Amino acid sequence: MTASTSPAVPDTADTADRQQRIEQIRQAAHRIRRNALDMGEVQGQGYIGQALGVADVLAVVYADQLRFRPEDPHWADRDRFLLSIGHYAIALYAALAEAGIIPVEELETYGSDDSRLPMSAMASYTPGTEISGGSLGHGLGVATGMALGLRLQGNPARVYDLLSDGELDEGSTWEAAMSCAHHGLDNVTAIVDMNALQADGPTTGVLRTEPVTDKWRAFGWHALRVDGNDVAALVDAFDEARAHRGSPSVVICDTRIGHGVPLLAAREKAHFMRVEEHEWQIARDQLQEGLAR
Amino acid sequence: MTSTAPRKKLTTSAMIASFADPGQRTTSAPFGHALNRLAEERPEIVGLSADLAKYTDMHVFRDAHPDRFFQMGMAEQVMLGAAAGMAEVGLVPFASTYSVFATRRAYDFLCLDIAEPGLNVNVVGALPGLTTGYGPSHQATEDLAILRGCPNLTIVDPCDSVDIEQAVPALAAAPGPTYLRLLRGAVPTVLDEYDYRFELGKAAELRTGRDVVLVSTGLMTMRALQAAARLEADSVDVAVLHVPTIKPLDTEAILRAARTDRLLVTLENHTVIGGLAESVASTLAFAGVGTRVVPVALPDEFLAAGALPTLHDRYGLSTDAVVARVKAELGGAAAGHRPPAVWPADPAPATA
Repeated sequence: MTASTSPAVPDTADTADRQQRIEQIRQAAHRIRRNALDMGEVQGQGYIGQALGVADVLAVVYADQLRFRPEDPHWADRDRFLLSIGHYAIALYAALAEAGIIPVEELETYGSDDSRLPMSAMASYTPGTEISGGSLGHGLGVATGMALGLRLQGNPARVYDLLSDGELDEGSTWEAAMSCAHHGLDNVTAIVDMNALQADGPTTGVLRTEPVTDKWRAFGWHALRVDGNDVAALVDAFDEARAHRGSPSVVICDTRIGHGVPLLAAREKAHFMRVEEHEWQIARDQLQEGLAR
Repeated sequence: MTSTAPRKKLTTSAMIASFADPGQRTTSAPFGHALNRLAEERPEIVGLSADLAKYTDMHVFRDAHPDRFFQMGMAEQVMLGAAAGMAEVGLVPFASTYSVFATRRAYDFLCLDIAEPGLNVNVVGALPGLTTGYGPSHQATEDLAILRGCPNLTIVDPCDSVDIEQAVPALAAAPGPTYLRLLRGAVPTVLDEYDYRFELGKAAELRTGRDVVLVSTGLMTMRALQAAARLEADSVDVAVLHVPTIKPLDTEAILRAARTDRLLVTLENHTVIGGLAESVASTLAFAGVGTRVVPVALPDEFLAAGALPTLHDRYGLSTDAVVARVKAELGGAAAGHRPPAVWPADPAPATA
């Protein structure tokens, strides 16, 4: 999938800076993937395919876009990142560890009894987790209220909400989409992880959501569609979304399940991927090889 | 069914429904005015409505504080989600719609966005129980049954304008989520005649009586007081325990009321399933108290459309119906000869 928008070409003076940003994000994305694989091994299965697919998006968000203080997750002026798709917890924890909000060593407790890192992300358990997602179709509505409230309070913080393409099935997502546009909430950036897969199979067969970009535009959003595994394209899209005024923005990210680990990317696509015990090290090795290339 | 016989015409519009008796003292839009007064003191108070500001008395707040009112459209799910988001950033929202939509349509959002994180969001539901003649689409006859199972949630069913005016600041002061069964428009003013103050989580004995105790909530407390006055004329001494907070329930007050040999009648504007009657019954059973509970409540049915006075008579909520029910339970005899209200711990099954 190619980007349907043409981000502004950066000036030459900015090019070096931009290259540095992109490289920094790529490194962060690598560590997020590595964290996710380590967590996946703890449970032997899970939403590892989604985590690998969305890692570049989360790297851009946490390493480049989001304003936060790792030591103070409740800082009033922080940008909010809402994980509407609670089952992506493994990816969020991997990113929170990369962002320094939770210790990397804690990741090995993922999904275990009494861990702060439950299989579905919940605000009451984990620092830096803004909402309890998981019942899909909730995040954008809460984001709407946060954005309205922050604007009323004169707080310049932004609100990001990560949805999945499957979540576009939920009517409440579109209630919220209308609401954000009606209220002109340009402090909202929605992110849609288009991995084309949901619980019962490919999105195209479960409930057709395309044309997704047209839908968001028709709902009054500034919509950008990018290759969600292309860090440079993501950076440009998020920069544009942040600069846009007058309406909310959505960055629609076409991602590839298992991206960065050929063994898993090539596997028959499954919503909940099973990985054999001996395969985790192979996956880590493949990830490392990919970074070197 | 058709009839050619001339009859008295009774009409009730869902939009202007008032259950006030003719000539009864009322107060206009007590919720909206109470919210305004509170908003003067607390800048973090905000209001939301789902295209029903005008019909939930929220318009009073909207007109006084337009910058703090958010019109969310006919979209109850995002309204409750957004209210949660506002509370997350430190505001104290009151979100109004009809009870049917707050509970049936948007329950997942009330439950997971608001109640699970324990946010100070106050959900205000109009047309609770049978307070509209519009039929099942608008009659929230099971809202308490739906919501009582929701952890963290405080549930208030006010009797009149006095209750509403005093409940609004109390609900905002409570740190967690609340649900208020709203009485709107011209709301009867009753409780100012009693030595009463609304206290969250507390029942109040409005009158004492040796023969019968009416344990009532919501607008049925008004009916209970009227019934008690009528029964007094027949030398039946009736106590009224008003229970405005359905959850958490004032179980101590209920157990105190039940631990006598009086006839215990519960009264609620709600289905007999999952509301006050079953709350009281389970309170007694869990405490090992064998007092029989006589429920005055709506039947487990989808109710008819029609005029409210007709429907309240038909379904047993009118004062006449309450008086008749109490008398029937007392056996139609003088109070001293009624059947025992407290049954043996292991009674033999009644046979016809």
